[in-house]
Amino acid sequence: MDLNILWFNLLGVLLAGYAVLDGFDLGVGILHPLARKDAEKRTFMNAIGPVWDGNEVWLITFGGALFAAFPHAYATVFSGFYLAFMLLLFALIFRAVSMEFRSKAESPVWRGFWDKMFFGGSTVATLLFGTAVGDSIHGIPVGADMEYAGGFLDLLHPYALLVGVMTVALFAMHGALYLVMKTDGDLLARVRRAAGRAFTVYLVLWAATAATTLAALPAARETARTNPASFAILALGLLVLVGIPFSLRKEKPFRAFLLSSLHIATLVGLLGTHLYPNLVISSLNPEWNLTIRNAASSPQTLRNMTIIALIGVPLVLLYTVIIYRTFKGKVKLGETSY
Amino acid sequence: MGLDAVLLSRIQFALTIGFHYLFPPLTIGLAALMVFMEAMFHRTGDRLYESMARFWTKIFAVNFALGVATGIVMEFQFGTNWSAYSRFVGDIFGSPLAAEGLFAFFLESTFLGILVFGWDRVSPRMHLVSTILVATGSILSAFWIIVANSWQQTPAGFRIVGEGAMRRAEITDFWAAVFNPSTMTRYVHVILGAFILGAFFVAGVAAWYLLKGRHVAFAKRSMTLALVLAAVSSTAQLASGHHQANNVAEHQPIKMAAYEGHYRSLRGGAPLYLFGFPDDDAMKVRMGIGIPGMLSFLIHNDWKEPVPALDQFPREDWPPVGLTFQSYHVMIALGMYFIGLSLLGLVLLRRDLLFRTRPLLWVFVFSVAGPYLANQFGWTGAEVGRQPWIVYGLLRTSDGVSRSVSAGEVLASTLLFSLVYLGLFILWLWLLGRKLKHGPEPLETSTAVPAGTRSQEA
Repeated sequence: MDLNILWFNLLGVLLAGYAVLDGFDLGVGILHPLARKDAEKRTFMNAIGPVWDGNEVWLITFGGALFAAFPHAYATVFSGFYLAFMLLLFALIFRAVSMEFRSKAESPVWRGFWDKMFFGGSTVATLLFGTAVGDSIHGIPVGADMEYAGGFLDLLHPYALLVGVMTVALFAMHGALYLVMKTDGDLLARVRRAAGRAFTVYLVLWAATAATTLAALPAARETARTNPASFAILALGLLVLVGIPFSLRKEKPFRAFLLSSLHIATLVGLLGTHLYPNLVISSLNPEWNLTIRNAASSPQTLRNMTIIALIGVPLVLLYTVIIYRTFKGKVKLGETSY
Repeated sequence: MGLDAVLLSRIQFALTIGFHYLFPPLTIGLAALMVFMEAMFHRTGDRLYESMARFWTKIFAVNFALGVATGIVMEFQFGTNWSAYSRFVGDIFGSPLAAEGLFAFFLESTFLGILVFGWDRVSPRMHLVSTILVATGSILSAFWIIVANSWQQTPAGFRIVGEGAMRRAEITDFWAAVFNPSTMTRYVHVILGAFILGAFFVAGVAAWYLLKGRHVAFAKRSMTLALVLAAVSSTAQLASGHHQANNVAEHQPIKMAAYEGHYRSLRGGAPLYLFGFPDDDAMKVRMGIGIPGMLSFLIHNDWKEPVPALDQFPREDWPPVGLTFQSYHVMIALGMYFIGLSLLGLVLLRRDLLFRTRPLLWVFVFSVAGPYLANQFGWTGAEVGRQPWIVYGLLRTSDGVSRSVSAGEVLASTLLFSLVYLGLFILWLWLLGRKLKHGPEPLETSTAVPAGTRSQEA
């Protein structure tokens, strides 16, 4: 198999892994204001306590793999999205330390502050991720020298923001479905209602985004017309999405969560079919697109990386299974909890 | 704009790596001690070991969380601030970063969940295995980062292709790049530095408990373990440091000359300065106290053999001599201090005097800062000494910066980082202080006991 194509796909796998796993972490943060009493707020944080660190490693590995396999894409996007990535970093930092610090003092002012940081960090990070995806679907101003040629505001056009807001709704739904498995009693009832509402909001935004994409982006119409796979993925995505409320009603929370995860994977798949064979679309001139050829590392590096991935990925999946099995079931607060 | 963005990006990098590097060395050092404590608990069933393992795991977790939060910044920063560099080295530098994620970071952060939250969820054996895996992850993680960094210092296994902005290093031999001439000596040096930090941290905290008369049994045993690790690792560090200095002399002679303020070529042997202030314009070390011929002896095993001096290299290739010199010398002085203090502690321990010698216990309390400084200065000497190259001999730092990022953007983000990191630093100190003040849980409240030794009446 062509290694450039393989690595394009592997990056998709890493991105999907990140979006599915840290997606529910971020969603729990977005929904955090839903928890009223202190014990409920702690339940939310401890639902992701043992796993969020590992989930975030998917992002770190995605960054490392992009750097290694397609260094030009890494360099262009990271320097081009400079301020956006800096904001993202601060959001992720605040989110990480809010979990670590919140439980360390009893004061309501202290806890209230970190609650806001946890909610704010999660929401801003999600919005920025979504916006970045929107930008990459839309294309960004990249010059002949592979350098980003726009400013910060060029990244905040309405389409990118629409995708950003859609992503917030998506992760809120995904996080709520995760919390349905992790909570009980009164809180569970509220989480369940939140999942239902987030589903409705997301469905509307998803439809709006799909319609806008086809209406406003000729390239997307082109993909939809020429690549039947993209149509199949879209249909599958819609199918699993509408399965979610049915699973919830039938008291099958794990199935609902699985469907939501699968739905996220189909979104990454759509992104892939839209981009391929590009990694970064130049809105200035298609000649200046960064592709899986002109942005790639040498064949030898791609070979080395493939070996690294063949050894590493199964191990990672094994660890993931171990940790989720260890902590399955409802959250119980104990002396080691946050 | 060019120079400003470069300088600001360098300041930002120094600031963010310096802050990040407060955390990984402690977690590496602590993890090694935690493995020993938990293994002893598993073998002997002694609850004191359990309380030690639990307590230090909490300290570990706080530092790990901050290490992750500040570590993501580092990975992003290559792309955000140094995109020209990223294009140049991507073929080589990215693989170790990805390998770190896949082989080390996942291991560490997944099993940390079990370490912190899993005491009552998994068997004691599984918990011990998790601790070992976390420690392994932390040590592997350091390996891949050192591989990437060492390649910047002593590039190997590559060829240069392309022209102008598209000029880049392309890999020809993966293993030659991974095990480039300085990887292993620097790796050993860094790991020993982390062990020294972990050991002195534990010893300092234990000394403080002893001075306050709190958690006495816990403190005595923690201190004993820490002292052994401190003595072994700081003594070994002397050999490793010597080895590393020879490596620098062989592969980065300008850096060696800057380390020692060795400005002018001499016919005979070069001196080793214990102290002094390098002066670039006068090309000499002011107020220098040096041992004649010692540098030559250390490098060549010969008091008379010349060592290349700064005057043999173009001035534009010199690193900032003053900062390089001082960082290097402070690091070495601290290294000597660690050996002296830990050996003294061990001798007094054997004579049963240590726990009663209050002034020395106070010295241990304040010495916690020592390894932090030594690690920071060692890093500073190594990285500033590499200047003006971002990849030694191949790419200048000024050519590595992102061209599409303005100085104003870098300034704004640097100010924000300073502010946020200052806040985090204060919170970190406060949180550590609280945890240390609280101390280990009393033995009765712990619940996990190794399989088979669980007492029936409890």
